[in-house]
Amino acid sequence: MRKTLGLAALAAVLACGAANAQQLNVKIGVLSDMSSLYADIGGPGSVAAAKMAIADFTKDHPNVKVEMISGDHQNKPDIGTQIANQWFDVDKVDMVIDVPNSGVALAVSQVAMNKNKVFIVSGAAASDLTGPKCNANTVHWTYDTWMLANGTGTAMVKTGGDSWFFLTADYAFGHALERDTSAAVEKAGGKILGKVRHPLNTNDFSSFLLQAQSSKAKVVGLANAGGDTINSIKQAAEFGIVKGGQKLAGLLVFASDVNALGLPTAQGLTLTETWYWDANDTNRAWTKRWHEAGAGATKYPTMIHAGVYAGILHYLKARLDMGPGEHDGKSVVAKMKATPTDDPLFGKGTIDATGRKRHDAYLFEVKPPAQSKHPGDFYTLKATIPAKDAFRDPKDSNCPLVGS
Amino acid sequence: MFEIFGIPSQALFGQLLIGLINGSFYALLSLGLAVIFGMLNIINFSHGAQYMMGAFVAYLLLQYSGLGYWPALIVAPILVGITGVIVERLFLQWLYKLDHLYGLLLTFGLALILEGVARNYFGSAGLPYTVPESLQGGRNLGFMFLPNYRAWVIVASLTVCIGTWFVIERTRLGAYLRAATENPTLVRAFGINVPRMITLTYGFGVALAAFAGVMAAPIYNVSPQMGSELIIVVFAVVVIGGMGSILGAIVTGFGLGVVEGLTKVFFPEASNTVIFVIMAIVLLVRPAGLFGRRG
Repeated sequence: MRKTLGLAALAAVLACGAANAQQLNVKIGVLSDMSSLYADIGGPGSVAAAKMAIADFTKDHPNVKVEMISGDHQNKPDIGTQIANQWFDVDKVDMVIDVPNSGVALAVSQVAMNKNKVFIVSGAAASDLTGPKCNANTVHWTYDTWMLANGTGTAMVKTGGDSWFFLTADYAFGHALERDTSAAVEKAGGKILGKVRHPLNTNDFSSFLLQAQSSKAKVVGLANAGGDTINSIKQAAEFGIVKGGQKLAGLLVFASDVNALGLPTAQGLTLTETWYWDANDTNRAWTKRWHEAGAGATKYPTMIHAGVYAGILHYLKARLDMGPGEHDGKSVVAKMKATPTDDPLFGKGTIDATGRKRHDAYLFEVKPPAQSKHPGDFYTLKATIPAKDAFRDPKDSNCPLVGS
Repeated sequence: MFEIFGIPSQALFGQLLIGLINGSFYALLSLGLAVIFGMLNIINFSHGAQYMMGAFVAYLLLQYSGLGYWPALIVAPILVGITGVIVERLFLQWLYKLDHLYGLLLTFGLALILEGVARNYFGSAGLPYTVPESLQGGRNLGFMFLPNYRAWVIVASLTVCIGTWFVIERTRLGAYLRAATENPTLVRAFGINVPRMITLTYGFGVALAAFAGVMAAPIYNVSPQMGSELIIVVFAVVVIGGMGSILGAIVTGFGLGVVEGLTKVFFPEASNTVIFVIMAIVLLVRPAGLFGRRG
């Protein structure tokens, strides 16, 4: 009897061991701006998107156990670095995702490389992340400054806006966006008449707008984001920039910004995005679930939220294919690059050698209030830019991962 | 057209005027702070949040009761002023005898709560609010395009500032107020209800912040963090002007607006630091501030 019991116990232990061997444990950290100017484009909405991705994936693969934590980097690179370090070392996080604010993202990318973990950028824009500062541990998912510049910049020059003046946010992101847009404009045959660099979080742009006005440039390019862009556009309307014949190019405008401006102020604005909540039924259904997942019902998800969702799905797919056990960050990212991407929000795509995720981009125009049928009905689609043209050719990236 | 330091004079005049307009906001906000500090000895750190409340109440009035900009300019400050009165009655009145630090901590905590609540309900991206129809458009002054709304901002701000200064420094009511700060017991002996006067003063200071908030709504982004971005600068203005000095707050408010405007032309990257550089210099040379009285 005793022997039988012992055998049964042994069998149970072995069975447990086998089950454990098949179970895949993953820990994901959502690092974002939770309480300041980028909290609506990323923030709690990104956490909600991450929860949805995890729920969807574990529903189909019950043997995958995913844990998620989130943190607030407060737009400070030092705080972002500190959280990432702690997550990787102490909390045993495998992958960090989101990180709006290019300054913070560039810092976290370094941490991910040093610790040999995975970093998927959805929130930040600087194309340097897959350019000179690229590394084998980072994937840049949703959008970047090159794609924004190329989409909006080239389109504006083609419709006659061939002289530009920039209002640029004075940090990594603004500089990258201004540089990439200048290149796109000049390549399309336009010229740059001047620029002014304003501090992050500027309240009043009237001074800068006067300078833009006296430059007589046909296009005023806004190389800034969030509250800075909203303030620029609001005050540009007040100073009659558009009525005076100059055009505004919002180089990085999110659905949440259009919502904050209101259609009467934002109408006519040209912008580039890679995902729009009201584009099709799949996106609308996803948005409904996103609202239920804890994001405020009056808000609209941005392409960053969609990128967090899709990025996590692709990462988990790669981990599942690689099987249980320890895998270093580089090999996971290599696997992610080798596997074509396919998700409900961005469709089919690829990740190129620099870590750049490639998918279609869309040129939108903000609707006049009269044409908007329901709340959140913001854009008219003007053009679709195919994945191969939407993002920078890896050959031109100056990324050390691409052999010349 | 002649040039000054390589900048066409035309642009320079424009920037001077723009500076004055931005100074209007600094003046309005620092005026409220100076009134509250001068009369109550409270460093009102929730001033920025109350400014934000003014803008949000204007938005809510438009959204839910159809009240436009003009009625909101009166109604919003009154409503926010009432919340100020409640805060004073509930909390602040117990702190006058304690160190400044307690008032500062209380109002700072309140500011964090107010901002957090607003962010929870409205998100951080902001809410739309447009310039009232009667003030849309603008005129060409020859050296710059002046939007009508900005012209209104400067007129309204100057009127309110001068009015407040006049009431406090030149009327009987103001004299009571100033006397009550110096020696409340004596003023009470004359049959004046000092606590009520103090309560209403705080309410008035808060209403001033809300007034500035409504003025700001059509041109600045109406978001929960709109106040905290501005309040640090406004505190610097108050310190430069001299804590509690009404005239100092008004003059430095406009003056620093101009200085900041000029920095935006010559060295835009430094435009949000220049005020703090001036503050450091003023504190070194005149620790009590430009218009402050020593000790």
